[in-house]
Amino acid sequence: MPVAFTRADVEAVARLANIELTEEEVRVFTRQLADILEYARQLQEIDTTGVAPTASVLGSTGADRADEVVPSLDRREALANAPDGHLDTGLFRVPRVIG
Amino acid sequence: MSFLGTVREIREAFRRGDRRASDICEEALTAIEAQEPSLHAFNTVARDRALERARALDRERSRWADHPLAAVPVALKDNLSVRGMRTTASSRILEQYVPPFTATAVERLEAAGAIIVGKTNCDEFAMGSSTENSAFGPTRNPWALDRIPGGSSGGSAAAVAARMVPLALGSDTGGSIRQPAALCGIVGLKPSYGRVSRYGLLAYASSLDQIGPFARTVEEAAIALGVIAGADLKDSTSSREPVPDYAAALIERPAMCIGVPWKLLDEGIEPEVASAFRGALEVLRGSGVTIVDIELPHAAVAIPTYYLVATAEASANLARYDGVRFGYRSPFGGSTDLAGMYAQTRAQGFGAEVKRRIVLGTYVLSAGYYDAYYLKAQQVRTLIRRDYERAFARVDVVATPTSPTAAFKLGERSSDPLQMYLADVFTVSANLAGLPAVSVPCGFTTDRLPIGLHLTGRPFDETMVLAVAHHYEGQTTWARQAPPAAA
Repeated sequence: MPVAFTRADVEAVARLANIELTEEEVRVFTRQLADILEYARQLQEIDTTGVAPTASVLGSTGADRADEVVPSLDRREALANAPDGHLDTGLFRVPRVIG
Repeated sequence: MSFLGTVREIREAFRRGDRRASDICEEALTAIEAQEPSLHAFNTVARDRALERARALDRERSRWADHPLAAVPVALKDNLSVRGMRTTASSRILEQYVPPFTATAVERLEAAGAIIVGKTNCDEFAMGSSTENSAFGPTRNPWALDRIPGGSSGGSAAAVAARMVPLALGSDTGGSIRQPAALCGIVGLKPSYGRVSRYGLLAYASSLDQIGPFARTVEEAAIALGVIAGADLKDSTSSREPVPDYAAALIERPAMCIGVPWKLLDEGIEPEVASAFRGALEVLRGSGVTIVDIELPHAAVAIPTYYLVATAEASANLARYDGVRFGYRSPFGGSTDLAGMYAQTRAQGFGAEVKRRIVLGTYVLSAGYYDAYYLKAQQVRTLIRRDYERAFARVDVVATPTSPTAAFKLGERSSDPLQMYLADVFTVSANLAGLPAVSVPCGFTTDRLPIGLHLTGRPFDETMVLAVAHHYEGQTTWARQAPPAAA
């Protein structure tokens, strides 16, 4: 059974999700998410012993295409929306990763 | 105020040569221009592109004359990609994003003769039930400008209700087509999971998302579904189930049996909504439809099930918005490393509700909580599906109100997310079970706020859902009433 949802949980999860939260957001989210998780507690009372989980309702009729190479997105177009895209090298530039 | 007419009237007038596509398009653009300042239904109006397209239709009228949506102006929720047309999902993080490809559903609309007039406002990344979570400001309800239009596809619903366009597309993950349709007094259809290709739809919760139409009448929604439905090699979750002629099937009148989960309707419904719902059942009963009591024991926990599944999937889907390949990137400021850039980009680019759902979704998927929350929700999802399987052994459709309340006032619920989530109590089950469901107008409150009747059917039995809705619509005059904004 999950324990109460805390401020430290919000901060840890925000780090995992790569979102910087303000002090105010941490405070408000802690309360709101605790409320939501408390509400979700009613699921724990349902007996699901031996019940298979549903990840997707999809049957076997999905439209898979043949595994063949086909033309894909043009490099110029792929770079067109990038905040720091470089057509000459064909690269997306990001801040330094390794110091 | 101009009156564009129905899909059928528009295409017939174009086919006969009575009206040019350019004039029809101008009428839609004029109606948008006139009402947009009070409603804010659109994020982008693609005036030049629409008129160019209309002129192309006029130049080749004989070629287009017999197409099902010939010369019909259509609005698209702003999470559907159109090559060369700004697509924002009402988020700062995509404010300048211009997709290099077009959604399959949109390609099919254009291949059927439709004129795309623009992109409609919505809750950011389709997360919300009021369209207040848009980074570009809320949309207002054409029936009462101090009220929300519903959400998340609120702009599409408002645009159709206000007679700006006869047809619009939205997306529905937990009720985002049906609830705004109900609150704006029009028809909204969520097809079965897999019925319509999602290629080019900005993903929110991939096991639940589905694209569907808004229209003023069931017939128009059926015509639109026939155009956009069907397998697509660009979406492996699209189904190869054959696509029937939905509009033609409306004239058949099968023996109908409707199930009502009365126990679920015991509490939490506004009296005027409950009364309109009972009135709709009386109309159906009076016209020879059988109505029986059914039980959906697990529908009562559909809301928590939905919010655990949907936020988990959202936290994964929205990881792509990181300021590298497209969209907003935070100016570096004090931080110069990659992790800092990600965290600030997402902090500045996402609104509060999106952050809240990403944090919740990340939490329920994280080590130690996965089994208690996410796995448990997926197991309950199985039980919800089984409830419907049992019900559909006895009945053709399940009826409830679409929303427990009529449109609420702007700001009324925005500080309490849990309260907002409860707006979806009757709609989320159809997404969890992958079933087709429609909302059709069934009355008004004493304040003239629209109320919707919600009908859910068997998987891929859109024909039955639409037939019952069409049959009901034919016994009433709700569909012919226009909001004051468009009168």
